[in-house]
Amino acid sequence: MIDYTYTLLIPLIPLAVFLFTGLAGHKMNPKVSGLIGTTGLFAVTILSYLTAIRYFWTDHLHGSGYQAMKAFEIEWLHLTEKLTINLGVLLDPISVMMLIVVSTVSFMVHIYSLGYMKGERGFARFFTFLSLFSFSMLGLVLATNIFQMYIFWELVGVSSFLLIGFYYEKPSAVAASKKAFIVTRFADLGFLIGILMLSFMTDTFDFRTLVSPTGPAMLQAGSATFMGLSAITWALIFIFMGGAGKSAMFPLHIWLPDAMEGPTPVSALIHAATMVVAGVYLVARLFPVYSMVAPDALHVVAWVGGLSSLFAAIIACTQTDIKRVLAYSTMSQIGYMMLALGVSGYGGHDGLGFMAGNFHLFTHAMFKALLFLGAGAIIHAVHSNDMRDMGGLRKYLPITHITFLIACLTIAGIPPLSGFFSKDEILVAAYHHSMPLFIIEFAVAGLTAFYMFRLYYSIFWGKHTHYHHTPHEAPATMTIPLMILAFGAVFSGFLPFHELVTSDGLPFEAHINYGIAIPSVLIGVLGIVVATLMYRKETAVPAKMAGGFGSFYTWAYHKFYMDEVYLFVTKKILFNLVSRPVAWFDRHIVDGFMNLIARVIEKSSYLIKGLQSGRIQQYGYVFVTGTIVLVIIFVFIL
Amino acid sequence: MNILSLFVLVPVLTSAAIVFTKNMKQTRLVAAAGMSVQLILSAILVFMYLAERNAGNTAEMLFTYDALWFPSLNIHYAIGVDGISVAMIALTGIVVFAGIFASWNMEFLSREFFISLILLATGVFGFFISLDLFTMFLFYEIAVIPMYLLIGIWGSGPKEYSAMKLTLMLMGGSALLMVGLLGIYFYSSPDGGPLTWNLLEISKIDIPVEMQRFLFPFTFIGFGILGALFPFHTWSPDGHASAPTAVSMLHAGVLMKLGGYGAFRVAIFLMPEAAQEQAWIFLILTGISVVYGAFGAIWQKDLKYINAYSSVSHCGLVLFAVLMMNQTAFNGAILQMISHGLMTALFFALIGMIYGRTHTRMINEMGGIMKVMPFLGVVYVIAGLASLGLPGLSGFVAEMTIFFGAFQHTDFFHRFLTIMATTSIVVTAVYILRVVGILLLGPIKDEHFLHLEDAKWHERLSTITLVLAIAAIGIAPLWLSDMINVSLEPIVNKISMAGFEFTGLF
Repeated sequence: MIDYTYTLLIPLIPLAVFLFTGLAGHKMNPKVSGLIGTTGLFAVTILSYLTAIRYFWTDHLHGSGYQAMKAFEIEWLHLTEKLTINLGVLLDPISVMMLIVVSTVSFMVHIYSLGYMKGERGFARFFTFLSLFSFSMLGLVLATNIFQMYIFWELVGVSSFLLIGFYYEKPSAVAASKKAFIVTRFADLGFLIGILMLSFMTDTFDFRTLVSPTGPAMLQAGSATFMGLSAITWALIFIFMGGAGKSAMFPLHIWLPDAMEGPTPVSALIHAATMVVAGVYLVARLFPVYSMVAPDALHVVAWVGGLSSLFAAIIACTQTDIKRVLAYSTMSQIGYMMLALGVSGYGGHDGLGFMAGNFHLFTHAMFKALLFLGAGAIIHAVHSNDMRDMGGLRKYLPITHITFLIACLTIAGIPPLSGFFSKDEILVAAYHHSMPLFIIEFAVAGLTAFYMFRLYYSIFWGKHTHYHHTPHEAPATMTIPLMILAFGAVFSGFLPFHELVTSDGLPFEAHINYGIAIPSVLIGVLGIVVATLMYRKETAVPAKMAGGFGSFYTWAYHKFYMDEVYLFVTKKILFNLVSRPVAWFDRHIVDGFMNLIARVIEKSSYLIKGLQSGRIQQYGYVFVTGTIVLVIIFVFIL
Repeated sequence: MNILSLFVLVPVLTSAAIVFTKNMKQTRLVAAAGMSVQLILSAILVFMYLAERNAGNTAEMLFTYDALWFPSLNIHYAIGVDGISVAMIALTGIVVFAGIFASWNMEFLSREFFISLILLATGVFGFFISLDLFTMFLFYEIAVIPMYLLIGIWGSGPKEYSAMKLTLMLMGGSALLMVGLLGIYFYSSPDGGPLTWNLLEISKIDIPVEMQRFLFPFTFIGFGILGALFPFHTWSPDGHASAPTAVSMLHAGVLMKLGGYGAFRVAIFLMPEAAQEQAWIFLILTGISVVYGAFGAIWQKDLKYINAYSSVSHCGLVLFAVLMMNQTAFNGAILQMISHGLMTALFFALIGMIYGRTHTRMINEMGGIMKVMPFLGVVYVIAGLASLGLPGLSGFVAEMTIFFGAFQHTDFFHRFLTIMATTSIVVTAVYILRVVGILLLGPIKDEHFLHLEDAKWHERLSTITLVLAIAAIGIAPLWLSDMINVSLEPIVNKISMAGFEFTGLF
C-alpha cells in the first residue's frame, strides 16, 4: 500500500490560510492576505497534481483497475451503535479527478482575483472566503462517507452565501445570497432525509461499503415499497434532490442566475466549475447504488438533467446580461452531465455515460471557468454586464477575445477541442439508452452553439459602441489564467478518460462514433452560422426573430416566470398564509387564552373582594342575614 | 469539602461580598471574580470527572455527598454528578461568566442587580448537582424567583406585565410539578420502607403504572412549561423582550434548560412506562413547537422576539428528542440543550450590545450594522450560522444527533414527526438570513449609526467566550458526546427494562 497520508494537507492548507487571514487579516496589508491565499492554493495544486500522477500513473498496477483507498480517517461523532461519522480522505478516480479540477480552477481564480479585485475594500476578506470555499470544496471531494460529504456540502453552501453577498452593501447582492442559501438549503433537506433513510437501511455512511457490489445497499432492491418505488429508490431520489439543488437543476435552479451578483471570479470558481457540479459528483459517487438497485432513481436523474439542459438553453438564447447567459449555459451543461450519468450502465462499455459525465465535468470546468474569467475581463474593461452596452471589443481586448473565442468553440463542440470529445460521448450514451433524450440533447447542442456565438458576436463584433473610456486589456495577473485555462480547454479532450475514470475502475475501449459525431458537429456549426448571420453585424433580424416567436420569446425572456412562481409560494403562501397567521395565532389565541385566565381571576377577585371590606356593620349584616337564611332552611325546608 | 458544594458556596459568598461593595466598579469586579472562579471550577470539574471515569470509576453518580436536613420528611442535601450534569454545569459556568461581562455597565442599583443575577445562578447550579428531588425543587424555585425582580426592576418595555406573566406561568408549572414530585415521593417505597426523595433510589424501584399515568403529565408539563412546551410558551417572548441582557442570556441559556433536564431526569427516567404511553401527545405538541416557533420567528420585527420564538423552536426540539426515548435521541437532547444555551446566550448578548448603541431592537429601523460594527456583525453572523445548523458549530451536531436518533423509530407516526422536525432547518435558515440581511447587511439606514463604536473589551470577552465554546463543540464533538453517552446507559437500561412497546394513537 502506498502512503497517501500527505493528501490530508490538501484540505488543511486552505483551512489554515482561512483561519490565519480571517483572524489576523485586518491587521495586515490586504495584499499580503491575497498572496498568502494564492501561495496556499499553489501548494494545494502541486500536491493535487502529484497525487493524480501517482494515483493514475506511477503507482498504478496494470490490470487490477483503480481501487478506492482511504488515505486517512478519524472518528468524529458516534450517532448510534452502528452509525459513526468519520472524517477522512478517500482517493479514487473521481475524487482525484475532482482534485485536479478544484485545485486548478481555484488557483487560477486566486491569481486572477489578485488583479480583478485590486483596490476593493474587502480584498483581504475576499481571499479569506476563497480559502474557506477551497477548504470546504476539497473536503467535499475527498469525503470518505456520505455524512462527511453532507458536512462539507453545507460548508460550501455557506461559502457560496458569503461570496455571493460579498458586496454586502448592495441590496440585490444580499437578496441573491439569501436566495441561494435558502433554495439550496431546501434541497439539502432532501439530501438529509435521503441520508437518514439510506443509513437506516444500510447501517453505514461509508462510500466504499455503500457502493461495494456485495455491500448492504445492494440487498435493498426489494425493500419495502411506497407508491410503487422501493425505499432505497426513494432514498436515492431524495439524495438526488440535494444534488439537484446544488447543481441548479430544474426546478431548483432559480438561485443560480441571481448568484451572478457575486464578484465574477467567484462565479467562475463556485458557480461554474466546482460547487455547482457537486450534484453530479454526488450521483457519480453513489453511482453503483443508483445503477444496480435503483434504476428508477437513475431515470429521474436522466430526465431532470435532460429537461434542465433544454430549459436553460432556451432561456440562455434570450438573456442580455452576459453573466446570466453563462449561468444558464452552466445549468444547461450540468444537465448534460446529469443526463450522462442517468443513461449510463455499470461496468465496461455500458458505463460510457458515467465516463462521459465525468469527462464533461472536467472539460466544462476548464472552458466555463475560462468563459467567466473572460467575462470578468470584459466587465472590468467596460463596467457593465449588459451585452447591449458592448460591441466591437475585439480590437481593445485581443487576449480576452482569442481565449473567449476558443472557449466558445469548445462549448459548441467543434473538434478537436475538448468539448467535442466529452459531448460526443454523452450523445452516444444517450443514443444507446433513450431516443427522446438523445433528440433533446442533440437540439441543445445546436442551441448551445447559437447562444454562445450570439454572446460572442454581441461582445466582440456587432455594433460599434462608443465607450466613455477606451477599454483596455486586463493586467497580466488576469490574462495569464485565461491563457492557461484556454490551454486546458483545447487539450484536455485528449486525456484518456475511458482508461482512468470508469464506472468500475477498469479501462474500456471507446471510439468516436462518426454516425453521431458528424451530425452533432454539423448542428453546432449550424448554430454558429445562424448566430453569425444574426449578430455579426447589427441587423434587424434578431428583433424580427424574437417577434416571430411571439409569446414564447416573452416567456423565455422572463425565464418562464419561475422566479414569480417562487415569489408567490414564499411571499404569498409561506409568509402571508403560514407565518403571519402563526404569529397572530400565538399572540392572540394562545397568549390571549393565558391573559384571559389572568383576567378571569382578576375579575373574580374583584367580585369577591367586597366580602373582605373590614367594616363591622357589613359583617354583622351578613352574619345576621346568613343566620336567618339558615334558620329558614333548617326549620321550613328540611 | 466536596467540589460540588463549592458550586453553591462560591455564588453565595460572591453575593455576600457584593453587599459590602461601595460602587458599581467594585461590584462588577467582585461579581466577575466570583463567576470567573465558578467558570474555572466548572472546567476543573469536567477534568476531574473525566479523570475519574478514565480511572475506571463506573458509579452512576460521582462526587456524591449526602446530608439529612429535614428528617421528618426525609429530605436530604444529596448531591452528585454524571456526565450529563457535568456538561450542564459547564454550560452554566460559561453562560453566567459571559452574562456578567455583558452587563458590565449596569449602573442602576448595580449591587442588587448582580446579587439577584448570582442568586439565580446559584439556583441553577444547585439544581444540576441535586440528587434529592425536594432539594432540586428548592433550587429550581431559587432560580425562578429572582427572575421576577430582575425583569420587573431592570427590564424595559411593559416590564411589570412581562415579569408578572413569566413568574405566574412558571409558578403554575411549579404547582403542577409539586403535585408530581409529591406523588413520586409517596410511591417511592413500594415495600413499606421509609419514603425517599432520592433520585437514584427511586430509579431502582418501579412506581406503579397507574400512578405513573397520573403523575407523568404533571411532572412533564411542570418542567415543560419552563422548557417552552407549546402551548405554555407564551411567557417566553414577552419575558425575554422585557428582560435586561444578562437576564435574557441566563434565562434562555440555562434556566430553560432546567425544564428539559428535569423532564428528562425526573419525568422520563422515573416514569418510563407512562412516558411511553403518553409520549405521542407530547410528541405532537413538541413537534408543533419546533415548526411553529420557527414560523413564528419569521414574522417578528423585534430582535428579541425573533430570538424568543427561535428558542421555542430549538427548545421544542430538546423535548421532542427526550420523548423519542432512545440513547441517540437523548444524547441529541443534551447536546441541543448545551448548544442552544450557548448560542441563544450569544444572541441575547449581541442584541443587548446592539440595542445599547442604537436604542432600538426593530430590525426595520436598522441596517448596515456590519459596516459600523464589524466585530458585532461578524459574531452575529456566527451565532446565526450556529443557529441554522452549520457544520463546525454546535447546533449542527445536536440537530443531527436528534434526527438520527428519532429516525430509529420505524413507525409512520415517528417518521412523520421526524421529517416534520427536519423541515425546521429550512425555516430557521429563512428567519436567520432575513435578520442578517436586514440588520447587518445592506446600506446604513440611519446616519446616526455611522458614529457608533464597535464592541469594547468586556463585550469582546463575553462574546468570544461563547463563540469559542460553540466552535469547540462543533468541531470536536466526540468527547462531549461520549461523556454524555456513558452516563446515558443506566437511564436507557431502565427504560428498556420497562419494555419498548409503543402504544397510543397509531
